[in-house]
Amino acid sequence: MTEPAPAPAARRPSRGWSLVGVLGEILITLGVLLLLMVVYQLWWTNVEADRATAQAASSLQQAWTLPDSGGSTDGESEGEVEVEATEPEFGDAFALMYIPRLRDKVWGMPVVQGVEAEQLAQGIGHYTQTAGPGEVGNFAVAAHRATNGEPFRNIDQIREGDEVYVETRDSWYVYRLDRDEIVLPIDTWVIDPVPGEPDATPTEELITLTTCNPRWASYERWIWWGTLVETVDKASGTTPDAILAAG
Amino acid sequence: MYAWLWNHLPGPTAVRALIAALLFVAVVAVLFTWVYPWLEPRLPFTDVTVDSMDRFSTELSTGGDV
Repeated sequence: MTEPAPAPAARRPSRGWSLVGVLGEILITLGVLLLLMVVYQLWWTNVEADRATAQAASSLQQAWTLPDSGGSTDGESEGEVEVEATEPEFGDAFALMYIPRLRDKVWGMPVVQGVEAEQLAQGIGHYTQTAGPGEVGNFAVAAHRATNGEPFRNIDQIREGDEVYVETRDSWYVYRLDRDEIVLPIDTWVIDPVPGEPDATPTEELITLTTCNPRWASYERWIWWGTLVETVDKASGTTPDAILAAG
Repeated sequence: MYAWLWNHLPGPTAVRALIAALLFVAVVAVLFTWVYPWLEPRLPFTDVTVDSMDRFSTELSTGGDV
């Protein structure tokens, strides 16, 4: 490309030509750096996220086999007053999500408290200030659609009526997705307790999934809403059929 | 500049090639570990949240950050 042309006269190129040569090397170097960035983004973030996801999921499942410490160990256990009312610590995984339609990706995928890059690189992020799984209000989560494990990669395949299973320490929550919309990134109303009605008092248990749109850009957000249709107490020993059937 | 680097590496050609390869791997490691992770949130490709704040904000406020 910009390799110095054969220098006039001897082996040693003139000053002007060596400047061109250096410039060419810098340009090639920048090109290589950009290509490496693409490799990092498209491949390495997935490698790291898959590892982090597997680790978060297994340590959560392990934690569930131990007696409940209520999220914090500092006393105040006063019987069984608050079941699942304790807020998970920021950055902690607290639930597992299963979406049959997105089975390739979202099957036992950890839901982590917080929606910063660090949490989203471990699975699905929960908007901290929104309701928890099964609670009245809006259980709102976000996940990547491209790179970093890309849990919601195939969100375009979701259809109305699809189910989302959320497993916590004590329960299974089954949501049915019933509405989607493509909005702008600033449309924070989508995760309101009652989406679009900031002052309304919630009466329903909703779920909101948010991810980027289009997949390789992200100037919009693809939103799916759903409603809780079933709660299964794990103490009863039952597991939702869809989970069992899928193994 | 690469010619300069090559000329300043010690040893015969094989050793120089090995050192050059190691240097390249080291550079890639630094890029993947620190540089690209730093750069990633500053590029508009991986945003998935609805957020009233712009993406250059790095701190998570406790209340208003949605």
